[in-house]
Amino acid sequence: MSRARFASSVFLLSALLALLLGLVALPDWAAPLRPFWLALVLVYWLLEAPDHVGLGAAFVLGMAADLVFGTLLGEHALRLLVLAFIVQRFRPRLRFFRIGQQALAVCALLINDRIVSVAIRVFLGEGLPPPAFWYSPISGLLLWPFVVIAIDLARQRGRHAT
Amino acid sequence: MSLSSNSTLRFSETQASPLRLLAYMALALALMTADVRGAWLAQVRQQAALLVGPMYWLAAAPSRLLRFAGESLQGRDQLHGENQRLRDALLLSQARERRLAALADENRRLRDLLGGTRGMQLGVRLASIIDVDLDPGRQQVVLDLGANDGVAVGQAFIDADGLLGQVIALAPGHATALLVTDPDHAVPVQVVRSGLRVIAYGTGERDRLEVRDIPQSGDIRVGDALITSGIGGNFPAGFAVGTVTALRQDESRLFSLADLKPAAAVAHAHQVLLVWAQRAAAEVGPPSTVTPERDSGEPGQP
Repeated sequence: MSRARFASSVFLLSALLALLLGLVALPDWAAPLRPFWLALVLVYWLLEAPDHVGLGAAFVLGMAADLVFGTLLGEHALRLLVLAFIVQRFRPRLRFFRIGQQALAVCALLINDRIVSVAIRVFLGEGLPPPAFWYSPISGLLLWPFVVIAIDLARQRGRHAT
Repeated sequence: MSLSSNSTLRFSETQASPLRLLAYMALALALMTADVRGAWLAQVRQQAALLVGPMYWLAAAPSRLLRFAGESLQGRDQLHGENQRLRDALLLSQARERRLAALADENRRLRDLLGGTRGMQLGVRLASIIDVDLDPGRQQVVLDLGANDGVAVGQAFIDADGLLGQVIALAPGHATALLVTDPDHAVPVQVVRSGLRVIAYGTGERDRLEVRDIPQSGDIRVGDALITSGIGGNFPAGFAVGTVTALRQDESRLFSLADLKPAAAVAHAHQVLLVWAQRAAAEVGPPSTVTPERDSGEPGQP
């Protein structure tokens, strides 16, 4: 697949969808459980298409997230960069994990991401977040298999159509 | 597709390189500092807002649908009851407002007699909060009015019960606003009972504000209501901010801290009013003897 075609493919769609899902209003009890959709999607593409998606893509996605979520410009970018780097480091191993193990690894990545996020916040002098802040990796763990299946299906359909 | 010709080479290519990571991280950190320190990135945000606006609209679609469905599925009785209740409430507030108008009139006349400043009037505008959740670490909301509707940065907005926050960024079609509960938010307030002037800070929790550095001699008690004092000019005076729920000593034991429960329904507000102070349009009451060139500029008006 050429670079241009890849850019217009499922990758962009899934990233856009992840941004939208991050915005959709949830009821109060569910809000702390909102998974970091963008991270899930990014991890998928880092594992599946490493020659198209790398640190650069992570940075660009992060900037887009910062603009959309109204955070400091560069905050999401930094978090996704750290995430992308770790995934790249362990890609050969992660790639051949079974889906359950992979979900656990993703959960660990998301917890690490929360720690990075807290570090940024403390550095900016905003203090520690409430305990509910730490619930979100759990939903990431549970949703990982579904994200993989959904994007796999979308890619297969895309391939058949062309 | 990733299994193309030179797959052995590819493994070495895609090995994570710390150098590139460092370069990108430096870039991200530089952007963050620039965003904290300077204002020039506001331009970037403004441009990007054109793209972000449609996304907010899309993301709010599900809850819009839900609300619509909820409204159209409500029974006739329920709607009738609600209508009745609203009509009663309107009647009550109209009566109250008429009394207030009389008082405001009297107040203005007295001020004129004193030859003091010309009365400030309240400009109001109805807006609604677009149903999207921004980053939970920052207490921000998106309003459906923007620069095209005459909204200006710094305008306060309220719900029926009290102060909600202020506008911090503008796009043509929407505006981003900071809630009173954001850790970066501070509002000058006044204790209704004693007149003590203090500052209420956000805490990052949706149901708690904090007043710091109250002198030990300060007259404040649990249960006291706090309203905006109007000092600083950003917030028109007299809007309810919260009630004191607890008082404690701070670490130095020289000052006390008060916890407030916000008066407004911060987590559930949907319809809000943008408010700002503007010069009174027409002089009411007896002609004043003060010089006539006061009509010059209206800097406060957006």
